[in-house]
Amino acid sequence: MAPRRARTWIAAITIWVVRVVFAVILAFPFYWMLITTFKRTSDLYNLKNNPFIFNEAPTLEHLRLLFHETLFLRWVLNTAFAGTIVVIITLLLAVPAAYALARLTGGWGAQLGIGVFLTYLIPPTLLFIPLSKIVATLGLQDSLWSIIVVYPSFTIPFSTWLLMGFFKSIPKDLEDAAMVDGLSRWGAFVKLMIPMSTSGILTVVIFAFTLVTQEFVYALTFISTAAHQTVGVGVPTFLVRGDVFYWGSLMAACLITSIPIGILYNIFLDRFIEGFTVGAVK
Amino acid sequence: MFMPAIIYIVALVGVPFLMAFVYSVGDVKVGSTGYHFVGAQNFISILHNPTFIRSLENSFLFTISSQILVLIGANILALALKDAFPGRRFMRFLILLPWVAPVSIGSIGWKWILDSLYSVVNWVLVRMHLVKQFDTPVWLGEPKLAMMSVILVHTWHMLPFATVILLAGLTAIPKDIPEAAAVDGAGFFRTLFQITIPMMLPIINVAVLFGAIFTFTDMTVIYILTRGGPYDSTQVIPTLAFFAGILGSDLAEGAAISIFMVPLLVIATYMALRSAHRAEVT
Repeated sequence: MAPRRARTWIAAITIWVVRVVFAVILAFPFYWMLITTFKRTSDLYNLKNNPFIFNEAPTLEHLRLLFHETLFLRWVLNTAFAGTIVVIITLLLAVPAAYALARLTGGWGAQLGIGVFLTYLIPPTLLFIPLSKIVATLGLQDSLWSIIVVYPSFTIPFSTWLLMGFFKSIPKDLEDAAMVDGLSRWGAFVKLMIPMSTSGILTVVIFAFTLVTQEFVYALTFISTAAHQTVGVGVPTFLVRGDVFYWGSLMAACLITSIPIGILYNIFLDRFIEGFTVGAVK
Repeated sequence: MFMPAIIYIVALVGVPFLMAFVYSVGDVKVGSTGYHFVGAQNFISILHNPTFIRSLENSFLFTISSQILVLIGANILALALKDAFPGRRFMRFLILLPWVAPVSIGSIGWKWILDSLYSVVNWVLVRMHLVKQFDTPVWLGEPKLAMMSVILVHTWHMLPFATVILLAGLTAIPKDIPEAAAVDGAGFFRTLFQITIPMMLPIINVAVLFGAIFTFTDMTVIYILTRGGPYDSTQVIPTLAFFAGILGSDLAEGAAISIFMVPLLVIATYMALRSAHRAEVT
């Protein structure tokens, strides 16, 4: 059995090599952000230095610059504010819609649900030109409110689709029983269905929020004043002065933005993927 | 109860979607109030514009190459991550970062990695004596290299998304089928190509088609890394629409350019729905 054992060993080693190589390549930019953040400028811009190590003592200077002399904190707050309101709008519209579609009889609900999901696939790069006109007509150009109004147009379709799945998994008998006991349909929805789908609603909260932080095209199109920007556009466009890139602070901003969003998203990712694969995986 | 959500989506997706068509056959500019129907004039002038033709070709090159790379990479990676192993959760976090971190932020990280002067890639290449110290490749400044760079960065961004979708598909394959094949003497590659991949085909289709839609319509990676340059060598339909319609204030031309994304969008969506549906039936 010796050759067979050797083969298992080779297979085990190969699989680990594949895992490590992919992990290193995929995570490398984030490691690079980390190391750049704490390097002195003189260290960063010395071609003789080995870029992988600290040739001079680490520094917090880039972080100081980022928090004290740029609008970074403002962008973070703008993003958090916009994200919160978008989440609220999304919940108010998507939760009832998903419930109604999940309970619609005769195949109509499923059809409409797919229709709603498909609107998620219509890209911002097709809609941004007419939307810029709509935003201007509403008097929202160059304001954070422009994206607060527009973002639910893509968070609602996805959230409705996800929540439909949740509501469908709750047996209809439960509501019927509650309604026999004297609750109205609305009462059954508020007192029974919403508490039973807390995890679904929480998922939607996280997704709507992360989609807001990830969006780039609309914020770039509608908002031109640096102080009104979100973090996703502010960092790559306004932290660059003329042709000068402040790489230390820039990478610090990237790191601080990516990691929390990455962690949050990761926790709920499986549900997000379910949204794309409903039907295809059974 | 679903009406508010539907109205919101119709107002901010449906209406601008139709407006894009109306604009494309009109003469709307930023700030202008009138609208005159001009027929196919915008389309004719676009089709005579060599930059547009170039962008259209680039869009296909960008989408097809990155999706082929994603397809190969995601299949390998999904197989390597399928079984439980120590550290799987942490590795999954690392591997997912490129997809979950805001893409504008990830791209700016790459812009630093591919910097014309301080590129760490070049430093490694010089140390390995693959290129000369003062003759290093300018990754984002040379037409062919720039195209290659944006394709690779986009692949980096999309790979995790396809991988998790394929993982969902892999775990759905009943374990006894590959086991039975192994008992019958089928080796790893035979099982892979004759059982696993055919069984995964619908889900692979879904991953590739969604990926193609997101790639064909994306402008973030290219906007941040090259702005479509040098000499329009990385210009694609979405970036060109942005430069013409938003920065160039010619809404009609921008809309007409972006309309060229619609046929591919419709075909890919139709095929994705069919794949998902077929998987559900069997």
